[in-house]
Amino acid sequence: MFSRAYRTVITVPPLLWVAIFLLVPYALMFCYSFWSVNDAGTILHSWTMTNYHELLTKPVYWQTLLRSMWIAARVMFFSMLLGFLLAYFLSFHAGARKDLYYQLVIIPLWVSYLVRAYAWKTILGTDGVLNTLLQYVHVTKHPLDFLLYSPFAVVLTLTHIYTPFTFLPIYASLEHIPRHLVEASHDLGATPAQTFWRVILPLSIPGLLAGATFAFVLSLGDFLAPLLLGGPSGIMISNIVVSLFGAAYNWPLGAAISLCMLALVLALIFFSERLEKKWSFQ
Amino acid sequence: MNGSPLWLKAHALLVFAFLYLPIAILILYSFNGQGVGGFPPRDLTLNWYRILFNDAAIWDSVLNSLLVAASAMFIALLFGIPAALALDRANFPGKALFRRLVLLPLILPGIITGLSLLMLFRVSNVKLSLLTIILGHGTALISVATTEAFAGLQKLNRAQEEASLDLGATYWQTFWRITVPNLKLSIIGAALLIFTLSMDEIAVSFFLIGRDNTLPLEIWGRLRRGITPEINAISTIIFMFSLAAIVLWYRLRTRAEVTSEIAAELVETAGS
Repeated sequence: MFSRAYRTVITVPPLLWVAIFLLVPYALMFCYSFWSVNDAGTILHSWTMTNYHELLTKPVYWQTLLRSMWIAARVMFFSMLLGFLLAYFLSFHAGARKDLYYQLVIIPLWVSYLVRAYAWKTILGTDGVLNTLLQYVHVTKHPLDFLLYSPFAVVLTLTHIYTPFTFLPIYASLEHIPRHLVEASHDLGATPAQTFWRVILPLSIPGLLAGATFAFVLSLGDFLAPLLLGGPSGIMISNIVVSLFGAAYNWPLGAAISLCMLALVLALIFFSERLEKKWSFQ
Repeated sequence: MNGSPLWLKAHALLVFAFLYLPIAILILYSFNGQGVGGFPPRDLTLNWYRILFNDAAIWDSVLNSLLVAASAMFIALLFGIPAALALDRANFPGKALFRRLVLLPLILPGIITGLSLLMLFRVSNVKLSLLTIILGHGTALISVATTEAFAGLQKLNRAQEEASLDLGATYWQTFWRITVPNLKLSIIGAALLIFTLSMDEIAVSFFLIGRDNTLPLEIWGRLRRGITPEINAISTIIFMFSLAAIVLWYRLRTRAEVTSEIAAELVETAGS
């Protein structure tokens, strides 16, 4: 029913925009990762494998990548645990207050990411709220200094930030479970635990996968929380990229790391989508 | 609620405490005369708000952020809505790739979007400024406009558009009189979301910043120099504005739902 002209008008402008501002930049990132920089700081546009060679041979890069993945994995685990149980409570046990609780989960998302990370810094610091509170009630005599500037602080803050993000898809998938399936399970004599493990959990797998991907991917690429709260032991892979694009001035090497991250992220999305399709409820 | 295990309720309570604790502390200490840490808070004061209102650099950055958010919203809607229409009703080579590319910035860490655009601007000799941030936010947030508008289009009854075209309206008239009014809620929702996401965005802006700071970058710069409750004060004010926006959005949506329900009833009554 739509004419050719109409379809051209709705298709061509967004197509051009996406090509210029998304496709070309990714292609440029690819090119940069094969270029190099000389001592004078000029970027040499001849193709070389130097950057990838450096990534594979210098342990600092893959060690930091592994540490970032370990931090991201912990964030994913904790935000899924918190998010899933909360979503389960809302969807199956909250009754009439469901919508109110749902809004209460969303509202923190409206407070700036940066500001919430900063708030954790004021809580966890040596003179922070938590340490002074513990001393005030005489639980500790001296401030605990492992709270801030550690991977712990980064995991805690990122879990705080991504729990609502993982909650949302999980809640959506729980809400889509036909309630008569749950009733049928009860009627056929299953205990609540059996119903949970055999009916509810398998049907919420698509939501769990989406939430897990979100939490893992977004925390893997984070560089602000580690800068603010991580200290030297909480440095993540993106912090290396930031310094390569800044003071260290080696864009090509930075581009190579970014491209590896991009590839890793795309692979994760791909696998999570495949699994989601496999588990999705028809 | 009855029959739900106690531990599940306790867990929910704890998660809410975990989500709200930093926000509560943030607001509380914006009134604390003794700085950002220290328990118990003492010397409640409005001093930090007074300092904040005389802080020209912060308000400049707020204006910059508002400008960026409004422009990014315009770009994202201008290209995101047609993108949703194209995904809904046009077939072209590379459609699957296009869909992926449009939605990619939603799931990618901001650093990748920011850096790839930085390289584009470097290669094409564009000087970094608020304009480059606007282009960055606009591009990243097209994904939001497209998802929202596409969801709206799925619910749209296409017979209305067909009828409009059959009755001799042009595509342009049909778009403005049928498609847009039907997508109104999705578009307003997307616009609000894009605006707030842009106001808060820092990972992409971090790499595309010129001389003028946006609010998050101004805050970031201050955090690196040392922290004062002035940051708590500005965050509290912005949180209040966001809350007002949520309430407004809810009012709008509830009213629209009520109106459409009444309309549906009227149609039914007229038909019977």
